[in-house]
Amino acid sequence: MIADNPVVRISDDALAVACGADAVAAEFARLGCTVERVSSWGMHWLEPLVEIDGLGWGPVAIGDVGPILRGDGDAACIGSVAEHPFLAHQQRLTFARAGKTRPLSLIDYAATGGWAGLNRARSLTPELVVAEVTASGLRGRGGAGFPTGIKWETVRSAPGTRKYIVCNADEGDSGTFADRMLMEGDPFALLEGMAIAAHAVGADTGYIYVRSEYPHAIAKLNAAIGLAAPQLAPFRVEVRVGAGAYVCGEETSLLNSLEGKRGEVRAKPPLPALAGLFGCPTVVNNVLTLAAVPHILGPGEDGGGAAHYASHGIARSRGTMPIQIAGNVKYGGLYETAFGVTLHELVHAIGGGTASGRPVKAVQVGGPLGAYIAPANFDIVFDYEAYTAADALIGHGGIVVFDDTADMGKLARFAMEFCAAESCGKCTPCRIGATRGVELIDRIRAGAAADPVTALPQMHNAPKAPRSRDEDVALLEDLCDTMKGASLCALGGFTPYPVLSALRNWPDDFKSGDF
Amino acid sequence: MSRAERIAAICADHAVLEGPLLPILHAVQAAFGCVDAEAERAIALTLNLSRAEVHGVVSFYHDFRAEADPRPEVQLCRAEACQARGVEALVSAAEAAAGSRVRLGTVYCLGLCSVGPNARVGNALHARLDEAALLALIAAA
Repeated sequence: MIADNPVVRISDDALAVACGADAVAAEFARLGCTVERVSSWGMHWLEPLVEIDGLGWGPVAIGDVGPILRGDGDAACIGSVAEHPFLAHQQRLTFARAGKTRPLSLIDYAATGGWAGLNRARSLTPELVVAEVTASGLRGRGGAGFPTGIKWETVRSAPGTRKYIVCNADEGDSGTFADRMLMEGDPFALLEGMAIAAHAVGADTGYIYVRSEYPHAIAKLNAAIGLAAPQLAPFRVEVRVGAGAYVCGEETSLLNSLEGKRGEVRAKPPLPALAGLFGCPTVVNNVLTLAAVPHILGPGEDGGGAAHYASHGIARSRGTMPIQIAGNVKYGGLYETAFGVTLHELVHAIGGGTASGRPVKAVQVGGPLGAYIAPANFDIVFDYEAYTAADALIGHGGIVVFDDTADMGKLARFAMEFCAAESCGKCTPCRIGATRGVELIDRIRAGAAADPVTALPQMHNAPKAPRSRDEDVALLEDLCDTMKGASLCALGGFTPYPVLSALRNWPDDFKSGDF
Repeated sequence: MSRAERIAAICADHAVLEGPLLPILHAVQAAFGCVDAEAERAIALTLNLSRAEVHGVVSFYHDFRAEADPRPEVQLCRAEACQARGVEALVSAAEAAAGSRVRLGTVYCLGLCSVGPNARVGNALHARLDEAALLALIAAA
C-alpha cells in the first residue's frame, strides 16, 4: 500500500513523453499525488517509468495508475529502480544525474555537485584546466575521437581575442539519442562544460547547434540558459536551431550553417581550432564531450577528477562512453560504461537479444556511416582503435540491432541513398559517387541488366559487352575505395563502411531477387 | 501590417545576432509557412546579400519550403533503427491513409531509436507505433 499523497517521479524526457508519460503524470496528479518530472534513467523499454519512494513500475498506462496507488500494481513493478540490473552494472559519470534530478532545477543541480567543476576551473589558470582535460584522456565523443585537451590547447594558444565555444548537438545518426537525453535531462551539465571550455581557451561566447528534430531539447536548453546565466557569466551561450541537414553534424559544415551559409563542408586546413566560426579560433565539441568535462574538473575522489576519469577504459580509449542500445532489441536504452565492453555483452547480456525474439543478424555500430557487424565478430571490444582496425567505427556510440529478417543488400542501398540525399554537394566522390552507388547496388541485386550509362554514345572507352556480376561488385568496391579516400568529410568517406561490410558479410543478400 | 513590413520586422528583431540568416528563415517560415521568392528578396535586401545567396541557403536545407502547404503533416522516421523495428511494413498503408489530405513526410531520426517506429506531428512525438496507431495518428492529423 502506498502512503497518502506520495511523491511520484516520472520522466519528462521526449522519449517518455512519446510513450505517454504526460497522460500518466496527469492521472497521478488527478488522484492527488505530487508529481515530479525528472530526467530519464535510460531504461527505455520501461517508459513511462513511474518511481515512488525508490520503487519502480513500468511501462505504465493510465489504467495502471489506480492499482499502483492501491498497492495492487505488482505486475508492472520492477522493484528498486536504482538496483535494477540494467543500471547496477553501469559506470555513470556523464549521466550521473540521469533519473535522479529535475532537469531545470538549479537546487537539484547544485545538490548533486553541480558547478563544482566550473568553480574549481575558474580558480585555476587556463593552462592547468587544459592540462587536466588532457590528463583525463578524454577524446571527442562525436565520432572522430580526437583528444579534447589537444584541441583546447590549440585554441588556447591561437592568436586572437575573439574565440568561440561551439557545441555540436546536431545528433542526426540513427540509433543515437545520448545528446538528446543529456540536453533534456541535465542541461546545466552541458552549460557548465561549455563554461569550463570557455575559461580554458579564453572565449566569451558559445553556441549550441541543435537539430530542428529535437524541439524538446531546444526548449529545455533555452530555459536552462535563462536560469543559469548568472553562474555562466561572463560567458554567454545561445542556442541555434538547424534546418534538417544531416551533414551539418560535420563540424565545418556546422560552422558554415551557424554563419548563415549553406551547410557545405570546408576543406581542412585551416582547422576550426585556428580559423573556425567567423574565422576565429573555435572549439567545436560534441555534447557528450563537453558534458564529461565538469566531472573531469571535479575536486577528486568521489567528486570526480581527471585521474578518476582516466582510471576507466582500456588502451587509448579512456573514461566512459554513453552507449545507446537501439533498434530491434529487447532492453533498449542508455548504457554508460567504461570502454572495453564487448558487442556480445551489449547485445545479448545487456540488451537481451532482439525484441522480435528472432536471431540477431547484424548490428550497426556508429550510426548510418558505421559498419554492419556480424554475430561472429561480436567479441570486438568497445575501443576506438579496435573498431578502426576492424574497418568499423564507434562513431557516437549508437548500436542498432537487426534480426534475421533484415535485408542487408537493401540496407547497403539505403546507406548510399541516404548519402546521396544528404550530401552537401561540395565534393564529387560523395555527390556523384553515392548516386552511382545506388545504381550499382540496384543492378547487382537485379541481375545482369545492361548499364544504361555505359551504353551512352559518349562513353567511348566503356566496354560494349554488359558487365558481369563479379565485375559490378568489383566496380562497387572500387567506387567505395574512391569515396573513402577522396571525400572531403566523413559523410562520403564513411558511407563505404556500411556498404562494404554488408557486401562482405552477407553476399547472398546481394543476389538477384525481390527488392 | 503588410507582408513586407512583417518580414522587415522579423529581420530587425534578429539584427543583433551573429550570423542571423538561419534564425530569420526559421521565423519567416513559422510566420508564413514558407520562404518564397518575395521573402528571399526582402531578406537579401535587409542583410545586404544577393538574392542568389539567400536562395542558395533556403534551397540547401530540407526544413525550408518555397511554397506554403496548408495540409497537416505527419513525419514518419524511416532511418535504420526504425527500419530494424519494422517501419517499412507500415509505409504503404500510411501512404494510402494519408492520401492527398495529409502530407506524409519522412524524417531521418527523432532520437527515440529504442522504441520505434516513431512519428512526429508538429512538436508532438509518438512512439511504439503499429499500423493501427499510425493510421489513427494520420486520421487525427
